[in-house]
Amino acid sequence: MAEHAVASAAYLRAHEDPPIVRRLLIGAAVAIMVFLVVIPLVAVFVGAFSAGVTTYWDNLVHDPDTLHSIKLTLMVAPVAVILNLIFGIAGAWAIARFRFPGRAFLTALIDMPFTVSPVVVGLFLLLLFGLQGIFGPWLRAHDVKIVFAYPGLVLATIFVTFPVIARELIPLMEALGSEEEVAAVSLGARGWQLFRLVTIPNIKWGLLYGVILCNARAMGEFGAVYVVSGHIAGQTDTMPLRVEKLFQEYNMPGAFALASVLALLALVTLLVKTTLEWKTRRELAENERMLATGGEA
Amino acid sequence: MTADVNRRVLPGFSLSLGYTIFYLSLVILLPMGAGFLKASTLSFDAFWEAVSSQRAVAAYLLTLGASFASAAINIVLGVLVAWVLVRYEFPLKRLFDSLVDFPFALPTAVAGLVYSSLFVKNGWYGRFLVPLGVQGAYSRLGIVLVLVFIGFPFVVRTLQPVLEGLERDVEEASACLGANRFQTVRRVILPSITPAIITGFALAFARSLGEYGSVVFISGNMPFKTEIAPVLVVARLEEFNYAEATAIAVVLLLISFVTLFGINLIERWSSRHHG
Repeated sequence: MAEHAVASAAYLRAHEDPPIVRRLLIGAAVAIMVFLVVIPLVAVFVGAFSAGVTTYWDNLVHDPDTLHSIKLTLMVAPVAVILNLIFGIAGAWAIARFRFPGRAFLTALIDMPFTVSPVVVGLFLLLLFGLQGIFGPWLRAHDVKIVFAYPGLVLATIFVTFPVIARELIPLMEALGSEEEVAAVSLGARGWQLFRLVTIPNIKWGLLYGVILCNARAMGEFGAVYVVSGHIAGQTDTMPLRVEKLFQEYNMPGAFALASVLALLALVTLLVKTTLEWKTRRELAENERMLATGGEA
Repeated sequence: MTADVNRRVLPGFSLSLGYTIFYLSLVILLPMGAGFLKASTLSFDAFWEAVSSQRAVAAYLLTLGASFASAAINIVLGVLVAWVLVRYEFPLKRLFDSLVDFPFALPTAVAGLVYSSLFVKNGWYGRFLVPLGVQGAYSRLGIVLVLVFIGFPFVVRTLQPVLEGLERDVEEASACLGANRFQTVRRVILPSITPAIITGFALAFARSLGEYGSVVFISGNMPFKTEIAPVLVVARLEEFNYAEATAIAVVLLLISFVTLFGINLIERWSSRHHG
């Protein structure tokens, strides 16, 4: 008996980590997360409310430039998200459902904004649409303003965020496989019907998370938008640009108040992600249980 | 094989592919083309002068160095956090697991703002660190710190599925054959997660190379000292020196492409050896 206990303790020692190591590692991981993520997150809200709730509210609503930046961001982000959503669905359908020459290249192209500096993106848009840019003279002759104006902000945001939805959908659709869709077609489903009745219900949670994440990134985009906006207060400053301007003016409570709104957006995004993951897991388990009982019957 | 069947059976191949190519051309290839066109109008000497000025070289080196350092730190932190999240149970584990993605969802400007305010003399971290001589704000260290925050999710999220997929039997076998825990970790677990570690490193590194929003708040942007390459591009732009800005941007772009190419090679290599 005693021998057995010794042997299994030795076995456990070699197979599992000893409790002291376990506790140390958990402590270290929690400390890393607290210093890296939790304290900065708390600091955003403490900074925002440091001068009291009334000042917080004043900073957000009674500063016309800040208010304008919120409105502008709410006008820029949805347009970028909708266009990227259409692209994301088309791109995922083409890449996940078909094999064709150049498919790997296309996938690599979609990943590009993850590595290209947003500042470079902004610069290249200036070179296209700026006064001295390629289309500059034509745009000027026709009195169309793209950079230092709303269209430029949208274009920059689109470039930086367009992979988000496609990147969420491609692995999901590949994992799902095309059997259900092929079956639906053989049962007579036509284009739009197939998409609405089979594909969308299967990918809905991934699609929803893609949209939410794309929106968070669109609202938070800084570098590319910084370059093409020309930072005209009350005209082309989006929320993150306004945060920077307030920071430069040493208006810390103002900067943090606006930053707290963006941080809240990030928290909501995470909450949606966690909920959807939990939902997907539960749906999967339910499907398996139904399959199992179906097999018995 | 299935693909051929799909193309005959499923609708929308030409429509979806056509639209994808159209959109990508409009959104990526057009601006990229403009950039390279502008760069090609520069004479070689002018281009070389712009990209090889001392200030530009200092900026590239800082960008590369800070990205490398932050990705290396993230390897250590990321392996530890991923291991603990996959293997152990502890209170609030789910919450911490969700928070790993926070740097990915948080606008970079907010990250830069809050990190710089934490590390200044009166900040929550700075009041302990500055008396010890650790300047976290307006320094090169600050750049590394904020890049660690930005790159953190990439390493953890790359490692987690690989750690989850490790077969416990292999560890058991290793133990039965007389290896102690340390030997098992070093000889069995570490080799099988090495490709994921390298991929995570490369992703965090690539992400850091182009980072602008967070760094601009914390670095102080002093030429030759704390000025990263994207900040230099903006500085040149604000002087209306489009030519030099473009030249430096092209170099930055080439560095990104080389990194991306490297990541692809690594992934192909690791799927051949461990797939």
